[in-house]
Amino acid sequence: MAQITLFFLFFKIGLFAIGGGLATLPFFFQLADGEGWFDREMIGNMLAVGQSLPGAIGPNVSAYAGLLHSGIASSYLAALGLVAPSIIIILIVARMLERFRQSSLVTTLFSGFRPAAAGLLSAACLGTLALSLWNSAAPEWYSFIRWKEAAIFAVIFLLIVKFKKHPIVYVAAAAAVGVVLKL
Amino acid sequence: MGASTFGGGYAVIPVAERELVKKKGWLTIEEVLDYYTIAQITPGIISVNLATFVGNKQAGTLGGIFATLGFVLPGISLVMAAALLISNFAELPIVQHAFAGIRIAVAALILDTVIKMIKGAFKDAKAVAIYITVLAISLVPLGIFPPEVRALLKSPVFLVLASGALALVIYRKKPRGAKEGQ
Repeated sequence: MAQITLFFLFFKIGLFAIGGGLATLPFFFQLADGEGWFDREMIGNMLAVGQSLPGAIGPNVSAYAGLLHSGIASSYLAALGLVAPSIIIILIVARMLERFRQSSLVTTLFSGFRPAAAGLLSAACLGTLALSLWNSAAPEWYSFIRWKEAAIFAVIFLLIVKFKKHPIVYVAAAAAVGVVLKL
Repeated sequence: MGASTFGGGYAVIPVAERELVKKKGWLTIEEVLDYYTIAQITPGIISVNLATFVGNKQAGTLGGIFATLGFVLPGISLVMAAALLISNFAELPIVQHAFAGIRIAVAALILDTVIKMIKGAFKDAKAVAIYITVLAISLVPLGIFPPEVRALLKSPVFLVLASGALALVIYRKKPRGAKEGQ
């Protein structure tokens, strides 16, 4: 019974979190305050683990929360609860889209959606970059940019453009560089 | 793909571009952008929505379900293993250093994909204008607005829907607007 409640708790989060995995965060703070099987501090840990392992952050963090709740079975249930609304909604939307794909209304809508999505993605990209390369706490103006990180970024980007290997290759190499240089 | 996507939901896009567009030829880069848009404005997690979309396109409802499960299972299994085996996994210095490096690589990978997507999305000057507006609203702090208005303006759902509405106005006027002396 408790497991079914758990599933629907995460189903609700999946249903109302619109946007990236981080959009689920406010819901986790609510859970911490209301349910109390983990506290706000633990969320930091859960997030760190969820981000450092492969996969989407939302399901990873939910799995962690489920594990803290009552073990491995609950862990899978929590993650499945979180993704279930996505699956249902997207299956419906995909069908509607197939039907109306050719209508000029939908085509026109998408001619607005595409540049907007590209803009959002660019902003997300710049945000990630700023996180790694920008140091707003720097004492001197010339150290606002983390030069070492910026140099690594430039090298990786050039390698991506030149060699077009699978992303995991660059991720693994960058992880190794991070460990060696103690970034 | 779930096992090789490090650094959160956005990191899936370069992997999708590589695996699904280039290698399998299941999607075009524009379709990835379309799915990403829909994933933005529908509830749920973006990368999960994307997985359902692709699975559904290739193999129907079951395909959508299995693609999604396949995408999330490696990550959640590893989370459990890490949480059970090493209680302070994320605080280990080696993990933190590695992740500082990974973040840089993910930013570079996303930039590479964004550049390709921009080429697909910029079909005319109006599209470029929408792009610049959305990017600017997302980046500029907009301190002059009260917090509620700022939150609305910056919400991806609002920006995407507003751009769609704007497109209906600026692109549909054309044929009827011909009598306006063009």
